[in-house]
Amino acid sequence: MTSAAQQKNNDTVSGVNSDDEQQYLTFIMAGEEYGVDILAVQEIRGWEATTVVPNAPDYIKGVINLRGTIVPIMDLRSRFNLERVEYSPVTVVIILKVETERGERVMGIVVDAVSDVHSISDSDTRNSPELIEDLNTEFIRSLVSVDDNMIILLDVQRLLTIDKQILNIAAEVAADKE
Amino acid sequence: MSIDLSQFHQVFFEESFEGLDIMESSLLALDLSEVDAETINTIFRAAHSIKGGAGTFGFMQVSSFTHVVETLLDEIRGGDRDIEQDHVDLFLLCVDCLRGLMTDLQAGSEPDMAQADDLKSKFEAILAGETIATEGNVEGAIEGTVEGTIESSASSLESKQGSDESALQGWKVEFIPCEDVLCTGNEPYRMFRELQDLAEAEGGGVEVIPHLERLPEFSKMHPEMCYLSWTILVRAGIELSDIEEIFEWVVDECDIRYQKLADSDLSTVESHQAPETIEDVNEVASTATPVAEEAIAEEAVVEEVVVEEAVSTEEISGEQKIDQVTEKLDQAVAEKAKNAPPKAAKASSKAAENTSIRVSIDKIDGLINMVGELVITQSMLGQLGQEFDVSRVQRLQEGLSQLEQNTRELQESVMKIRMLPISFAFSRFPRLVRDLSKQLDKEVDLVMLGENTELDKTVMEKIGDPLVHLVRNSLDHGLESVEERTDKGKSRAGTITLNAYHHGGNIVIEVKDDGAGLNKDRIRSKAIEKGLIGEDEVLTDAQIHDLIFQAGFSTADVVSDVSGRGVGMDVVRRNIAELNGTIDVSSTPGEGSLFSIRLPLTLAILDGQLVKVGEEVYIFPLVSIVESIQLEKSMLNNITGNQFVMQLRNDYIPIVCLQDVFNIDLEKKDLEGAMLVVVEGDNEKIGIVVDELLGQQQVVIKSLEKNYQKVDSISGATILGDGTVALIVDISGLNNKPVDKNTDDQTQAA
Repeated sequence: MTSAAQQKNNDTVSGVNSDDEQQYLTFIMAGEEYGVDILAVQEIRGWEATTVVPNAPDYIKGVINLRGTIVPIMDLRSRFNLERVEYSPVTVVIILKVETERGERVMGIVVDAVSDVHSISDSDTRNSPELIEDLNTEFIRSLVSVDDNMIILLDVQRLLTIDKQILNIAAEVAADKE
Repeated sequence: MSIDLSQFHQVFFEESFEGLDIMESSLLALDLSEVDAETINTIFRAAHSIKGGAGTFGFMQVSSFTHVVETLLDEIRGGDRDIEQDHVDLFLLCVDCLRGLMTDLQAGSEPDMAQADDLKSKFEAILAGETIATEGNVEGAIEGTVEGTIESSASSLESKQGSDESALQGWKVEFIPCEDVLCTGNEPYRMFRELQDLAEAEGGGVEVIPHLERLPEFSKMHPEMCYLSWTILVRAGIELSDIEEIFEWVVDECDIRYQKLADSDLSTVESHQAPETIEDVNEVASTATPVAEEAIAEEAVVEEVVVEEAVSTEEISGEQKIDQVTEKLDQAVAEKAKNAPPKAAKASSKAAENTSIRVSIDKIDGLINMVGELVITQSMLGQLGQEFDVSRVQRLQEGLSQLEQNTRELQESVMKIRMLPISFAFSRFPRLVRDLSKQLDKEVDLVMLGENTELDKTVMEKIGDPLVHLVRNSLDHGLESVEERTDKGKSRAGTITLNAYHHGGNIVIEVKDDGAGLNKDRIRSKAIEKGLIGEDEVLTDAQIHDLIFQAGFSTADVVSDVSGRGVGMDVVRRNIAELNGTIDVSSTPGEGSLFSIRLPLTLAILDGQLVKVGEEVYIFPLVSIVESIQLEKSMLNNITGNQFVMQLRNDYIPIVCLQDVFNIDLEKKDLEGAMLVVVEGDNEKIGIVVDELLGQQQVVIKSLEKNYQKVDSISGATILGDGTVALIVDISGLNNKPVDKNTDDQTQAA
């Protein structure tokens, strides 16, 4: 995705209805492009060693100290049951922040690389097909095409909700698959 | 000039809640046989400032209600009236009611005035009743009881209905202003209006009768002179001082005479007053009606008649029906009064949590001193740094150690700010015990010890409810009834002792009663009945006692509203566990039970021992470490194949490998020669195998739950000097689950 393409995208969309247009940060993982609401992104960091949390699901790599706050780091690849890769110096951690009923919640997700920022209007998005029998679909809010590339928009709120129940279900599903 | 008053609302609420607490505790401390004037003054002052504040901020509901309370208090203070037990009860209800009003106001919602109006009319009845009684017109007008108060209101109503005016409570004010009163900027009309407001606030009214005698001929009249004089009839139970206050500005220049209305010269008054008589009755009836209505709202159809009758009476104002109304009002109010205590309890439990903290000036001064020292040290070090050479290493080290000391002191002082005496948590108990013992018809002495023991504010806020549960339980289940106690040869009154003291890094809070103690057989059979234990399981006393903390367990035969539903003790234990605390119970049949709660002094900072397991650093709370030893083969025993125990002096201590509990992928080690940290949590010792002991340091506890979730056996996280995160091990959590966690993967450990 070039910046020219993004510019073009901006032009086409902004004329129509700029009100429900939102900006998304996109990142690459296993060749696919994913997007998260840019307002939920607190910062982007390089990968650093974490402190392992006991008995955590395997997609929780551990916790780090983010300026005095303990922040858990989630490996999105293993969260989505994708093939694992070695972390390299260019491996990126996106720190996401959402408001929940329990207050603000901050969590980092490990992704392959950060890609771009797109302005996407809600009306351009398509619901993901419902037929997919996969736990991960619940994290997907919608799909959108930008310059013939599909971007998977993620529901950050759900992604960061790692309640015990979901954890257990996830663990079971993961175990079943193995 | 516009000042946004709302910015002060929070302060007002806080002060008022404090004032209410003071009122409550003073009321409870009041010894009726020997009334201490200072206590009454304290109560009065508290009520007065609440009234004043509420008036300033426009909370008229609160101020007008408090005004009545204050009036009665003022009479008591002035010695015009003896305080009685029933007054105290009524005042306590008022405190609850006010607290409810304030909570509503604070939450920004419209307060429910039903209870306030109800109480207000009771106060007015007392005030009215007193006037009558002193004049000897109505006998026994003040039955101080809550039910009785309305009786008196009814009887005043009754006597008002009669032809003589004496029962009408109020004042006759002869107001003869000097002629140039208008020139001094005093407007009589404004005073009358103020009087009227005052009277209407009391449910009364004002009648102004002008006297035109002094009016000169028109040609001689000076437009700026006042030739009128007035007779003002104030028909409301207002303090004379309040009326005087209104005329305060003109009292020097004018002729003002006050007379109690009942005593007043009837011939002058009567002619004006005759038409109002009926109106007055209606007024009184209408103040009484809400009481009846409310009672009816809760009771069934029967009392509906009362309202109808009350209404019809108003219309007809027939004498004979008043009696009936009076009777029914009595009934209604009596019913109402019965319902009052549980309501009151509800109101008090609803009290909002304070979000700010009051710190004594000493602590602040101490802090300022310390910061001063810190600044000095800093400038000393700064100077040293500018012209440093090797010869000054000595001074640098001195400076650094001074800095360290300053920092530690500063930290301690800041922590102290969060510390409050536990009396904040204890203060609610005198009231609670008083109400409950009445409700349960038991006699209870409450003894509170160690009230000055300091505890972190956060802990304090969370320990309140569990403590209430415990005290309620002790009162309801623990203490026997008066008859039972006398039969057993015990003193009539049971004793509940609340005690708090520091013990190591913990605070211990004890709730002790001298009641019947826990009935082991009954607990046992109940536990078997509920399937918590097997029929023939052998349990130690401690284990049986421990059963009461199981969910859904209650031995109370009758479920009362005090306790007995079996929700409680398990919640208590859970709440306390959330604070990293523990609760134990010990009991001797026939002699009573003792619940002791152990809590860490603060939730924010912990003395920790750093240990290394594999690549990870964990922290053990220093207070829970008993000792650290190196394992020897001779100490080791293997029970059930994969659970190792170690003989340490007279104990057998289970051994736990942290890497197993935490599922850390590490090579299994030989236990022999391993480093073992013996820790104690929940009164049980376990040995934890670690790779290496690192240093000890104070760590600041950070929440792991905030962004992640609760992790078993981990109580929190902290940040070490190098910026990495280390997890703090929850010893009692570890203690409760070592065995089942290990069974599948410990086999190798041998």
